[in-house]
Amino acid sequence: MTESSIQLGVVDYAILLVYFIFVLGIGFALKRSMKGSKDFFLSGQSIPAWVTGLAFLSANLGAQEVIGMAASGAKYGIMTSHFYWVGAIPAMVFLAIFMMPFYYGSKARSVPEYLKLRFDEKTRGFNAISFAAMTIFSSGISLHALAKLLETLVHWDYWTCIAISALIVLIYIFLGGLTSAIYNEVLQFFMIVMGFAPLVYLGLRDVGGWSALKEKLIPVATSQGYAAGTWSHSWAEMGSPIENPMGIGWFGMVMGLGFVLSFGYWCTDFLVVQRAMAADSMSAARRTPLIAAVPKMLFPALVILPGMIAIALNHQSGGTLLPAAADGTPDYNMVIPALLAKYLPTGLLGIGFTALMASFMSGMAGNVTAFNTVWTYDIYQSYIAPGKSDQHYLWMGRWATVFGILVSVGAAFLASQFNNIMDMLQLVFGFVNAPLFATFLLGMFWKRATGHGAFFGLLAGTLAAIIFHGMALTKGCVPGIKGGWLHPSLFYQSEMGQNFWMAIVAWTACFLLTILISLATSRTKTDEELTGLVYSLTPRPKSENEPWFKRPAIIGILVLLGAGALNIIFR
Amino acid sequence: MNFDLRFPLGILFSLYGLILVATGLTSTPAMINQSLGINMNLWWGLFQLLFGAIMLALALRKK
Repeated sequence: MTESSIQLGVVDYAILLVYFIFVLGIGFALKRSMKGSKDFFLSGQSIPAWVTGLAFLSANLGAQEVIGMAASGAKYGIMTSHFYWVGAIPAMVFLAIFMMPFYYGSKARSVPEYLKLRFDEKTRGFNAISFAAMTIFSSGISLHALAKLLETLVHWDYWTCIAISALIVLIYIFLGGLTSAIYNEVLQFFMIVMGFAPLVYLGLRDVGGWSALKEKLIPVATSQGYAAGTWSHSWAEMGSPIENPMGIGWFGMVMGLGFVLSFGYWCTDFLVVQRAMAADSMSAARRTPLIAAVPKMLFPALVILPGMIAIALNHQSGGTLLPAAADGTPDYNMVIPALLAKYLPTGLLGIGFTALMASFMSGMAGNVTAFNTVWTYDIYQSYIAPGKSDQHYLWMGRWATVFGILVSVGAAFLASQFNNIMDMLQLVFGFVNAPLFATFLLGMFWKRATGHGAFFGLLAGTLAAIIFHGMALTKGCVPGIKGGWLHPSLFYQSEMGQNFWMAIVAWTACFLLTILISLATSRTKTDEELTGLVYSLTPRPKSENEPWFKRPAIIGILVLLGAGALNIIFR
Repeated sequence: MNFDLRFPLGILFSLYGLILVATGLTSTPAMINQSLGINMNLWWGLFQLLFGAIMLALALRKK
């Protein structure tokens, strides 16, 4: 049977309803704690590390991530784990040990504000505006994806889905601000674990265990012309891009994903960094990404493994598990829904379905809270209405939430009408994001880096990304939005490979140009002004008095050893 | 001051545990067949109940 819909029973609806009540209840219960703007935007820096840690992980675990990672698990096999063990863990450790002291220790209330303190107004403005636009559109895309999925799965009306989820997110953030978002992210984390663990258990039991799964993945690989072990080895087939379905060699993977994109996301994206900045102490803020790293390392078992199980079963049964997409290949995005429908009886199905809904909504909420903070502090307070009372900015934050959600709904509308607009926007955001980590790296570790250097370096990096995109093309694609519109002269095996190399080029251009321009311009900030913002001018945070399991360096090394071991085991 | 998150977590998962255990105890053979002959609702419900109870105990102990 190729069912692309699931039947929810009364119990399942009850479970979903209970969840909605809890989510809203948390918002109402937190309303009294929101006394000033810092309570609303930074949770009054009062959240314990285990909560910020799980929220840090969850903020990135939107439903596109859950659905997308399962899809990649089916499409590429265990190589997808590179997004975790290479493309996340090292960057999270770096953020905890080296970068958190600057974010949490300086007076900055947001990532763009750090750029203002470290460099200058124009660098902050560029980052704040692009980030605000990006988060709000991401939230819209999340909303659109949710409504689209529910429409196919349970035949709910598209606009009813949008209205209900937007309204729930609006209410709980309007009332409880960042704390509400963080608490609900932790709730979502446990929902995902509770909903997906039985799914993986039953799926793995059905295929006959891990070694039987590896056996059954062999024909999946060979039927597509790859070596037998491709789906069950993360490194073995990475010698060159033509040997694996991702179409990437090891260097492009390690540098593009593992360094440029991963550090750029985990270390500079305010969506995740904001969670750590809400922690109740410097020590808790530094432990936040490390606490997140432990479940992050194990998450491939919950989100990638289902994809591998699904493709094995699908292949074995001659393509009856997954529905076919328009081009005749299996519709990989249906992995999770198909497994939910196959294995979970009513009751557990409600938990799994609610987990999926929860991750959509908290993905949206994460974007909205990051947006309202950057909008209020970095745009409204800086350029539109400086010098108002704190209550005024709290009021603005609440209304920015309403405004942000309305724009998200508008973006969802655009996405539902014109598919290309969203591709276009994501492409533009890719240009802006790719070089970002070079700016932060030089800013934090080289006191000679200047405001002009940072700003024009960033512009140059973005420009390099655009030019690269105009020259690069994936084999089999026509020049246009996929690249090659200037003069196709660099060819890649896959779009993913092309993207990773674009990031490498943009980062390098930004890095070099920032250094050159900084050396050519004079410093505008004195050593005193840069204290707390640059590594060499900042006293090291003390952690010698803490027990070993609370010391960032020690946990960081353990986490890295763990990720290294996983890479070796599944090589 | 913000409230202790373990409290709502404890209540939510205890409640879900109870719902699943009740569903498990009244399962039809078709439901048990679907989860490969295991009464998953019952077992996973008991686990959620246990998790919820631990969270509640931790939240209450602090007070």
